[in-house]
Amino acid sequence: MKITASTASLRELTFWECAIRFIAGGTITVATGLIAKKFGPAIGGLFLAFPAILPASVTMIANHERQRKEEAGLHGVIRGREAAGADAAGAAMGGVALCVFTIVVWQALPHFPSWAVLTAATGIWFGVAFGIWRIRKAIKAR
Amino acid sequence: MFMDIVFRFLVGGAVVTAFALIGDLFKPKSFAGLFGGAPSVALATLGLTILKEGHGYAAVEARSMVLGAAAFVFCAFLMSRLLLRRKWRPARATGVSLAVWFAIAFGLWFGILR
Repeated sequence: MKITASTASLRELTFWECAIRFIAGGTITVATGLIAKKFGPAIGGLFLAFPAILPASVTMIANHERQRKEEAGLHGVIRGREAAGADAAGAAMGGVALCVFTIVVWQALPHFPSWAVLTAATGIWFGVAFGIWRIRKAIKAR
Repeated sequence: MFMDIVFRFLVGGAVVTAFALIGDLFKPKSFAGLFGGAPSVALATLGLTILKEGHGYAAVEARSMVLGAAAFVFCAFLMSRLLLRRKWRPARATGVSLAVWFAIAFGLWFGILR
């Protein structure tokens, strides 16, 4: 399947779905800072990779897919679960790239300007994530 | 202190929501899901930490984040398996997977960095 971009799914989002993501992101960012202050950066750092929005995204995708199928008169629970599972599988691939991101930041931060390190590490994250996704797709297509 | 918390909350919320919305744009879902593993919390937090505490402090956080990221991979993979293979409801699958994240992240920290 080719990668396509469409704003159609954004139109399905409700105010509360956006608010839940914003609150989850804001809360984990504040919590990470407070945990690092109380228990030190070695503990606080763990939470930089906390799956803050993954549960909300997976649940939301399952609900949207189910509603779409039910509007078409079909039973949408299975389709919703499959779409949510595919999203979580993608997040696992993104997570492998996240490991590479953190190693780059950890090793490069003491030696280079922070803006350059974070920009390069984010680019590397996307490159690695996309590469893993392409390799998995090629393997499944065989 | 209070203003610092509010600022962190707004920056974190904005960055995480931005990555989530980028992911929503794409199909197939496995590609869109990549953005669920984006370093959104890290970008928001590390940027603020570097400004306030310096590079050395942020590098220590990043070292621990390697373990958190390894736990993230297990968590997301398990979530996917529970949904696709075991056919669990999303709420149950995400709840169990988050508990596994905590167990692996702190288990690795205890075994490697403590």
